[in-house]
Amino acid sequence: MSKDIILKAENISKQYRLGQVGTGTLSHDINRWWHQIRGKEDPYLKIGDTNDRSTKGSSDYVWALQDINFEVERGEVLGIIGKNGAGKSTLLKILSKVTAPTTGSIKSRGRIASLLEVGTGFNGEMTGRENIFLNGAILGMTKKEIASKLDEIIEFSGCERYIDTPVKRYSSGMTVRLAFAVAAFLEPEILVIDEVLAVGDAEFQKKAIGKMQDISREGGRTVLFVSHNMVAVQNLCTRGILMENGSIKAEGKIGDIISGYLAVNKIVSTKLSAVNDRKGNQTLIFEEGKLICEANSEGFIESHKDLKISIHYKLNLIDEIRQYRIDIGINNFMGDRVAWLSSESIINDFELKENNQLDFTIRELPLAPGDYTCNLFCEINNEIADWLSQVMPFSVIEKDYYNTGKLIPKNQGDILLNYSMR
Amino acid sequence: MNTNSSQNTNWLFEITPKNKFFTLNLREVWQYRDLLFLFVKRDVITVYKQTVLGPLWYLIQPLFTSVTFTIIFNNVAGIDTGTVPPFLFNLAGITVWNYFTACLNGTSDTFKANAAIFGKVYFPRIITPLSVVVSNLIKFGIQFFIFVVFYLFYYINGAPLSLNSSVVFFPVLILLMGILGLGLGMLISSMVTKYRDFSYLIGFGIQLLMYLSAVMYPMALLQEKMPQYSWLIQYNPLAYVIETARYMLLNVGQISLLGLCYTFGVTFAVFFVGLLVFNKTEKSFIDTV
Repeated sequence: MSKDIILKAENISKQYRLGQVGTGTLSHDINRWWHQIRGKEDPYLKIGDTNDRSTKGSSDYVWALQDINFEVERGEVLGIIGKNGAGKSTLLKILSKVTAPTTGSIKSRGRIASLLEVGTGFNGEMTGRENIFLNGAILGMTKKEIASKLDEIIEFSGCERYIDTPVKRYSSGMTVRLAFAVAAFLEPEILVIDEVLAVGDAEFQKKAIGKMQDISREGGRTVLFVSHNMVAVQNLCTRGILMENGSIKAEGKIGDIISGYLAVNKIVSTKLSAVNDRKGNQTLIFEEGKLICEANSEGFIESHKDLKISIHYKLNLIDEIRQYRIDIGINNFMGDRVAWLSSESIINDFELKENNQLDFTIRELPLAPGDYTCNLFCEINNEIADWLSQVMPFSVIEKDYYNTGKLIPKNQGDILLNYSMR
Repeated sequence: MNTNSSQNTNWLFEITPKNKFFTLNLREVWQYRDLLFLFVKRDVITVYKQTVLGPLWYLIQPLFTSVTFTIIFNNVAGIDTGTVPPFLFNLAGITVWNYFTACLNGTSDTFKANAAIFGKVYFPRIITPLSVVVSNLIKFGIQFFIFVVFYLFYYINGAPLSLNSSVVFFPVLILLMGILGLGLGMLISSMVTKYRDFSYLIGFGIQLLMYLSAVMYPMALLQEKMPQYSWLIQYNPLAYVIETARYMLLNVGQISLLGLCYTFGVTFAVFFVGLLVFNKTEKSFIDTV
């Protein structure tokens, strides 16, 4: 018995031409040019981040996707993972017919419904009930289908009480619940989902993931799922695709793919000399930052392991150094400060010398799994020398911190405390 | 096309870079008919919300415009409307004209205004401009109702009014107006995705076009007073629609079969070109909008 292929992508590529992504206004063109010469992304290129930055010389072309080939079997739940800008969303956009590929084709044996966003087309003036119908119809359901599932949808959303109130009076959480409830009752053969589970509170997320599992297992439906939430991907998917720079890097069992992804995601070193957005008189310049997770052969940054933050700098000062201070601030993915390391708060015998390196070592890193960035600050003789914000991004990966076999839920803070209970 | 070539035959559909030269998937549009109704419902509901006068706004605009036109064009400038009360003459023209502008205005920013939805989910894009045309038809119905009220008022007060028997074709005329507005709107909305200039052009272009469409004067008047410029309205399909509408409703002016055939021709040409360009744009407009 041969495989029952429901979806087949052949040589999908998507190219964006930077020069022509024209909105036709002169000021936009100038702004775009200004961004380009500073080496930043085109501000008007809304989708398809510059993946393969092969902008050698005068090349105006960017490939958001290159030669994507894959097959999906009926009833399979395929996870698509990769870093920001790897081309995942572009691929989903092509799959859901929002935009056309530059080359290649996608062949399908089933109706595709896509859920790239919850609550597409919600209208604040209309009531919850009216929005269920509108949103359902936008997602491809007929009025009859929606009417037959209306009670279930309302019950799943948990918004019975407000169902005849205009949606603009809803809290954002309620809107999301209602929107997801509509989507959860879609019944296409193939469902394409982008990161929508990252909304709502913990309870609702659990409910949503459970619903997705039901859809795929009992409903026998094919699901393509994009997420950065590795726990959700691990729970839901059977097979995975790892994308990097617009092409498929690996394909296979979801467990292998996730560990491959985490290996891709480890941050070894960040060049800081290329960062333009910096403050200070530049008497000292941070040149490179490294994050080294010690006692870990794989190079992931894990909680409870020692983490060394190693900074290379260049000193341009001629005067004598009467005073200096070097700080590292650690921010969570929201940009909120989690911790602060400073040369002033601890006793140290470090001496600022020309072209040197300084290391901060955090013992038994108490950070919860998640994405973080660093701020680097240096002050010499009471003047700001160099100040970088939100650089050196790093991810702390999920590990069994408390040795109980249980993972710490998301949204339960950034700090892991060493505690006991009796 | 190797061993499992038998499997490769029965695909339900295929997503490819380019549309075929002309594809209007009517079956698909039919599948999404509920969405069309819901869009119409949304448009109608949201217009009423949070206004004191609500649907009355639909009536205020044509009435005040007609009063203004009557004062300026008939009383001050002295345009002769024959036996028909000038107010009714203007109201007829404005009601029909309004339907056209509403369709054109509404459809001409389809891509721009709906970029958020279009960027997230697929449905036949043509549903959106179609819903605009249909919801404006409801608005037109309300405005036409007020015209009928005034018609009866003048009739009871002894004004020499009579319908022309061709009035049975009035719905066809309105449909024609809607299709022309839709076609032109689709054409412009496609071009707006790349060149925003067109959305500015539409703003005052519609106003200028009104003066060339015989809204507040009979077609014959321009031919009589400025014969050297009369080609301007003779080549304007809208002028024929408005003139014919008045002929049907008020039995004034002239009916030109040749002109109507011309209007039909232009309408369908514009509609098909609009559809063609719209189809081509909908595939990848999200990259440029």
